[in-house]
Amino acid sequence: MTPAPPPALLEVAGVSVRFGAVQALDRVSLSVRRGEVIAIIGPNGAGKTTLLNVISGFYHPSEGHIRFEGRDRTRLAPYDVAALGIARTFQNVALFKGMSVLDNIMTGRLLKMKGSFLLDALYWGPAKAQELEHRAFVERIIDFLEIQAIRKTPAGRLPYGLQKRVELARALAAEPTLLLLDEPMAGMNVEEKEDMCRFILDVNREFGTTIALIEHDMSVVMDISDHVAALDYGRKIADGTPDEVRTDQAVIDAYLGVSHV
Amino acid sequence: MLEPGLDTFPKLALRNAQRIPRNVAIREKDLGIWQAYTWAQYVEQARLIALGLAALGLARGDKTAVVGDNRPELYWAMLATQALGGIPVPLYQDSIEKEMQYIVGHAEARFAVVEDQEQVDKLLHVREQCPMLEWIVYADPRGLRHYRERGLLGLDELQERGRKFAIDNPGHFDREVAKGAADDLAIILYTSGTTGQPKGAMLSHRNLMVTARNAIAHEGLTSSEEVLAYLPMAWAGDHMFSFAQSLVAGFTTNCPESAATVLHDLREIGPTYFFAPPRIWENILTSVMIRIDDASWVKRRMVHFFLDVARRVEERRLGRRAAAFGDRLLYALGRVLVYGPLRDNLGMRRIRIAYTAGEAIGPELLGFYRSLGVNVKQVYGMTESSALVSIQKDGDVKLDTVGTPLPEIEVRIAASGEVMYRGPGVFLGYHKNPEATAETLEGGWVHSGDAGVFDRDGHLKIIDRAKDLGRLADGTMFPPKYIENKLKFSPYVREAVCVGGERPFVGALINIDPGSVGNWAERRGIAYTSYTDLAQKPEVYELIRQEVARVNRSLLDEGPLAGAQIRRFLLLHKELDPDDQEITRTRKVRRGFIGQKYAGLIDALYSGGDHVKVEAQVTYEDGRTGTVRAEVRIHDAEAFAPGIVR
Repeated sequence: MTPAPPPALLEVAGVSVRFGAVQALDRVSLSVRRGEVIAIIGPNGAGKTTLLNVISGFYHPSEGHIRFEGRDRTRLAPYDVAALGIARTFQNVALFKGMSVLDNIMTGRLLKMKGSFLLDALYWGPAKAQELEHRAFVERIIDFLEIQAIRKTPAGRLPYGLQKRVELARALAAEPTLLLLDEPMAGMNVEEKEDMCRFILDVNREFGTTIALIEHDMSVVMDISDHVAALDYGRKIADGTPDEVRTDQAVIDAYLGVSHV
Repeated sequence: MLEPGLDTFPKLALRNAQRIPRNVAIREKDLGIWQAYTWAQYVEQARLIALGLAALGLARGDKTAVVGDNRPELYWAMLATQALGGIPVPLYQDSIEKEMQYIVGHAEARFAVVEDQEQVDKLLHVREQCPMLEWIVYADPRGLRHYRERGLLGLDELQERGRKFAIDNPGHFDREVAKGAADDLAIILYTSGTTGQPKGAMLSHRNLMVTARNAIAHEGLTSSEEVLAYLPMAWAGDHMFSFAQSLVAGFTTNCPESAATVLHDLREIGPTYFFAPPRIWENILTSVMIRIDDASWVKRRMVHFFLDVARRVEERRLGRRAAAFGDRLLYALGRVLVYGPLRDNLGMRRIRIAYTAGEAIGPELLGFYRSLGVNVKQVYGMTESSALVSIQKDGDVKLDTVGTPLPEIEVRIAASGEVMYRGPGVFLGYHKNPEATAETLEGGWVHSGDAGVFDRDGHLKIIDRAKDLGRLADGTMFPPKYIENKLKFSPYVREAVCVGGERPFVGALINIDPGSVGNWAERRGIAYTSYTDLAQKPEVYELIRQEVARVNRSLLDEGPLAGAQIRRFLLLHKELDPDDQEITRTRKVRRGFIGQKYAGLIDALYSGGDHVKVEAQVTYEDGRTGTVRAEVRIHDAEAFAPGIVR
């Protein structure tokens, strides 16, 4: 038998979300362990993004509870959730298109900045020291994600794959404990996907960041995740190691459609 | 001769650390900021690496493979290895595993100092086949925290071991440095041969130092130069500019942030001394032209106007003639309005000396930079000559030569036409390859493998690879590619194939450029239907005849090549096409195939007739084949007798 699991970082217990007549999530329970990469899979409309939105505070569940680091966090606003150490990226890239890559990533540091309007405006004393410190941190992320060459480029001018990487950089700038990635590899070519996989794994290993991601490419899911949960019509239909989930009959029926084996 | 106390690179580094400890030796852009290391720090870093390597057991004569982008740590590792009497072997960072394995195995490297995880992964694989390789040291720990392989060590950890080793072995570093001598092997540079396995050229401290020193004196370089180190460390040129010359002259080497940021970093650094192969000069020009074309109408017109002025002035200057007074005034104005800002924008404002080498550069490309006031010069050299053989002198630049030999270097042209040289920079031989050494080194003279001639002013001209050089029936030297390139410098000539091996004279098969010739014809109201039709117009023949005459006139100036003027030519009735296997996808002429396919045409060049009927198979875009019939006219070209002044 496997040893007793370490305490969960995030506990989703019996969460339901309803939009009018649509039951987007139906009593979903999920436990995310500290330090793991968990993939959430499922066909279109299964409720994956809704689940992420519930975790990050965009939606509030009609029933059920969310516990983060052992404390109940069911009804927090998104900025409070972010302050707790949960950062995310979006399915459709949500960057400030007119701002440089550097400035976009700096916005990820906002929660860490303690400012006084006057000092900031004068760029003097503690304000300057603080700015330098944050800039140094952001530069480490730029180096880590190998985007030095586009530091000063307006985000809107970048190709899609790079925009995704910048979004990841901004999320990392918040030094999250839990990183939520909504389809980080959607719309990428093979090479971009490989790069992104490597970055996700490196983030997980170098910073110890726990990562929950939604992904459609099954080979990617099998390669990088320690733990897979499958949703269908708002219900969780499987939960386990990649191998267990891949061979789960309910998953094959609901999601993969036809077995290729 | 070398000063006795300063006859190896580690000794030179120690001198720099003593004489100019606060001067910046090397810079690297890291985390968005240029981090500078003074000579004192440079030596201290190298010393700790050396002591760390000594702690791991590096003995005199051991080899250290060095792999990665240009990084201060890797330059230090080379110096550190030399300090202990070891030999650094830099490898091309993008070479595939198999190639690395060959070189690491052939060099019998016991140590490797590499940049990052990518290289560690490659070398761990290589090590499975090369058990000689004991230690792999990496500079950037990213992604390597969880590696548990034996003999794998971070640079910080290595330097830490070095500190401990120094406590137990005081004076070790200085003693080892003092043991080095001028004729010790300083480095092995593997050349990526186009055929066969790479060969490891062995260069001594003396080879590199004397060459560096002579070139520094020749070019007037000082300790305040700034150079950008962005070309592979395994390449002899980078080793000469960023390591040997930097140590000898004490100037600053700058390492860009990443391969993708080079052009940006170039602007930030504003080097005074810069090297780029023609490919990069061309890329920079293209990116400028694109931006100019995007600019507003007024700016665009202004830029093009002043670039034309600059071109006229530069042409006069190269011919050592004064420009027209009006042009001189305009040039002065252009310097303020266009040339200065443009140079600044390219990061070339401070360039005093820039080089291009490696392959032929188009005269108009070279002319463009020179006309802006960027002092780009051609150099010639190779790994076997410690990177340098000849350089164009300031104020004595020609667009199509590689200049005059450096001090202490003798160059002669062998009877076969091959360029041979000897001098203090000539390498010691190929590592563990006496056969190749014997083929290349002959009584101190190196067979360069290039064919060349000296022009009237003593400038060396490289005309072809020696093995491609042909001979006419009377023994006259005939360099087909060289003459073809001259033809192709004309905007109206797209491709050209010269024939003449074992024939009485040189003939040319020419492909006109349908775009520019079509344009030319339209402007003159010459109607045509197809490529074949256009190519057979008498006016077009006359146009090309003038181009051929231009080439012949220029050959007249080139000593033995005066006999290789084009006597007869024809315009091909179809374009040479990779689909028809006449040229490769990279637009290299497939000489043998053309010789067979167009045998009829070539015979006609030599038979004295003035036209020939041809049929040719062509492959259409959709894969169908068809036949083109045409009557191709053959023309006599205007040739010039040598010795007659125009």
